[in-house]
Amino acid sequence: MVARRFAGRHRNRSASRVLALVLTTMLVTGCRGSVLDPAGPVADGERLILMDALGIMLVIVVPTILTTLWFAWWFRASNGAALYRPTWVYSDKLEVVVWCIPALTVLFLGGLAWTGSHKLDPMRPLQSRGSPLEVQVVSLDWKWLFIYPNQHVAVVNRLMLPVGRPVHFRLTSSSVMNVFFVPRLGGEIYTMNGMVTELNLQADRTGKYPGLSAQFSGDGFAGMSFDTEVTSGSSFDQFIEQARAAPAKLDDTTYKSLARPSEGDPVQLFSNVSDGLFENIASRRLPPGEGPTSTGRPYGSTAGED
Amino acid sequence: MFGRLTWQAIPWSEPVPLIAAGVVGLFLLAVISWVFVKGYAPYLWREWITSVDHKRIGVMYCLLALVMLLRGFSDAAMMRSQQALAFHGPGYLPPDHYDQIFSAHGTIMIFFVAMPFVIGLMNFVVPLQLGVRDVAFPTLNSVSFWLAASGALLVNVSLVVGEFARTGWLPYPPLSELQYSPGVGVDYYLWSLQISGAGTLLSGVNLVTTILKMRAPGLSYTRMPVFCWTALASNLLIVAAFPILTAVTAMLLLDRYLGFHFFTNELGGNPMMFVNLIWAWGHPEVYILILPAFGVFSEVIATFSRKPLFGYRSMVAATMAICVLSFMVWLHHFFTMGAGADVNGFFGIMTMIIAVPTGVKVYNWLFTMYGGKVHFSTPMLWSIGFMVTFVIGGMTGVLMAIPPADFVLHNSLFLIAHFHNVIIGGVLFGAFAGYTYWFPKAFGFQLDERWGKCAFWLWFLGFYTAFMPLYVLGLLGMTRRMQHFDRPEWYPWVLVAGAGAVLITLGICAQVIQLAVSIRNRALLADLTGDPWDGRTLEWATASPPPAFNFAVLPNVTGEEPYWGMKERARALAHLLTTEPSYEAISVPRNSPTGVVTAFFGVFLGFAMIWRIYWLAGLGFVGIYAAFVVFAWRDRSEEEISAAEVARLDRSNRMMRSSVLAEEAS
Repeated sequence: MVARRFAGRHRNRSASRVLALVLTTMLVTGCRGSVLDPAGPVADGERLILMDALGIMLVIVVPTILTTLWFAWWFRASNGAALYRPTWVYSDKLEVVVWCIPALTVLFLGGLAWTGSHKLDPMRPLQSRGSPLEVQVVSLDWKWLFIYPNQHVAVVNRLMLPVGRPVHFRLTSSSVMNVFFVPRLGGEIYTMNGMVTELNLQADRTGKYPGLSAQFSGDGFAGMSFDTEVTSGSSFDQFIEQARAAPAKLDDTTYKSLARPSEGDPVQLFSNVSDGLFENIASRRLPPGEGPTSTGRPYGSTAGED
Repeated sequence: MFGRLTWQAIPWSEPVPLIAAGVVGLFLLAVISWVFVKGYAPYLWREWITSVDHKRIGVMYCLLALVMLLRGFSDAAMMRSQQALAFHGPGYLPPDHYDQIFSAHGTIMIFFVAMPFVIGLMNFVVPLQLGVRDVAFPTLNSVSFWLAASGALLVNVSLVVGEFARTGWLPYPPLSELQYSPGVGVDYYLWSLQISGAGTLLSGVNLVTTILKMRAPGLSYTRMPVFCWTALASNLLIVAAFPILTAVTAMLLLDRYLGFHFFTNELGGNPMMFVNLIWAWGHPEVYILILPAFGVFSEVIATFSRKPLFGYRSMVAATMAICVLSFMVWLHHFFTMGAGADVNGFFGIMTMIIAVPTGVKVYNWLFTMYGGKVHFSTPMLWSIGFMVTFVIGGMTGVLMAIPPADFVLHNSLFLIAHFHNVIIGGVLFGAFAGYTYWFPKAFGFQLDERWGKCAFWLWFLGFYTAFMPLYVLGLLGMTRRMQHFDRPEWYPWVLVAGAGAVLITLGICAQVIQLAVSIRNRALLADLTGDPWDGRTLEWATASPPPAFNFAVLPNVTGEEPYWGMKERARALAHLLTTEPSYEAISVPRNSPTGVVTAFFGVFLGFAMIWRIYWLAGLGFVGIYAAFVVFAWRDRSEEEISAAEVARLDRSNRMMRSSVLAEEAS
């Protein structure tokens, strides 16, 4: 009896400890990859627009919800004190108000959307004194290849960026669509085979920011995450030197083997990236990756049959 | 002989689908043998399966939706539990299985739950509200239903024979092209949609014709109940948008079967064209679903506030504005594809403009309650729950219509939270409100209120617990369709969402119990007069369930809210219902097996094409053609109900109403 009661209390204690742990995790780590904690001007601009629009709409939405609840409650059938106007079905003034409130809100937000989509157009270069760093991104099955064309180096599954310098990305895919997304830097963009999309970002704070794919691309999709490491300019130069010394070289042959589907690839550095590699991938002069076909059940493949 | 079909197509090594299929199979077997043992089979065949009565077809549509809701929800429960278990681990569902589950969940919920539910309600209610005897093309209506059921069947067959698509509910190429999805999954998706989509299109044509051409005398457009207006808008959208879906799925089929290059990476194909086309259908589709739900709320809120709908003309204008605008916003589904600032800005603004008529609707419902006497019956609870929930979903929708905000929210769980917010909080709550509201009309007894309210609260709280965390997760950078993850800051929110799914499960259980309890207590819950809620529109002017011919004499409409007007006059004179009209014999359309036979061959055609069994596909096609030819050569299409029978049925209902009216008066 005693033992059982003790066991019960013990279980309760550990349950409350788990709850406390869960709550602390929620509060403390809440912001690690959050789009509300921007680490660069683009994400900052996007967050600002998001919060402005949310604020404007909450001014309308919260009173609407409260009025709904209030009207429903006050005009309940059992409330004798409430007014009953069974034939009140139209009012000029109210109609005007009712069309104007959402219309004015939308006018306001529409302006925000129009200016915002021009100011934060992913193709628009960021204002800065220095020249932007060129980075080419290739989504492979299921990993990311980042090429630094002017430095002739490349990295798999890690994006290294210098702090405070604008970055101009050109992106493509080796087979199926993906979306390049570093939540704290902002600006999702699709990667598509045979096409090049552009994106301008900048990181203003050093740190490690998680990145991932936002477009489902087959069985290995969930593992397509990478870290974005934003370092000081000198550390970035060191990294370039380190990559230049890497024994692995990235030419057409290495690329082809790299493009084969694989999951959980470690960070890999490549030196001597062959000239025009990205252009060859994007223009399909290099054949597309074989794509996400290799997993799944063993039937139904046309390869051996037709 | 059997194309690609071999024994390997059955996933012998995967217990989850096998057990699920086994349980469903046993259940079906039990139901079928019960039907035969009890001798119900001829009744079912005669009164339901071959019925062309719009009320029966409407009920069967809703039944299909409810059954498929269970399937779609089990998928959702598996996704939630997989994510809850897959923190730093593989969970229990391997990726190839998980990918099928989220694809099937979306496909089933949109095409085989939401669509049949709203089409079922429209089918059942619209002719009654219009005061007419049936839809314009009754047999076509039956064909539509059975084609929808065939599509649903094919999707479920994929659970055990082969696989379902692993591409998401909209199979974006190039992932869905033969090169990257060589299995039969995408083919199952495409053929199910071809077959059920044809049914939906026919149903749209049917209801548009009915509303435009077949209204009771005096029921002009400006007197039509708002539900009929929303049904008209929704069906116009079906007629305009579903051909796009048929065309785009046909193009993908050509790519996959005959080596065309519409959407491939190479030889001039363009995957972005698929994305544009599918959303040119997909966005109107959202309004096809939500507009009838708006109609349901308009009816329910007016009835349970004991007041006519506020701002009727505004509501009609708003409905038609949404109908037109919904075709001009599709690009907001892919702002992040690099279209450029002008295009993105334009589509962002168009999207926001749609929020204006929608906002007007919310305010008009609000003012309908103002000065009313609000009765908190279950349908009204769903409606108030909707008003509160939907404005939040609308707000997050407008948020994502702003391109720069979408650049950090696209494809994240914020998006998932948003569209579940409007689809559950809007379409599904509307469907449930309509189900509870019109159930007595369909079956002659009301649903149990206590279990109904219990179901509402569980769903309502379950919805918030399951989907508010997804908003947070979206802001924390979690994207959709992740089979596993290792970010600790996501984990607690994923667990909370899982708890929400448990609450929703309880809500569904409450609905099942509600149905069982109501059937058991049907004598107590009986609706004798045909007007259990003190309704305002014509469907309440006839018996519950209505006779095959709906109205003994077509009602003569003299104003908005025709039945309310009749009741007002009756209350003033205290005797209106005693004056008996002169009864005449009524012709009703004859039952026809055309629908079920077409669908039977349709299933074979689809299945055969999926597995490349071309002789069987030919047989299926010939079967369908033959069914149409036989139907076209029929020599009797109507049956007569004698004047005496009409009089007998109508008198019993009149007596009931008069006695209730007399009681009210005394």
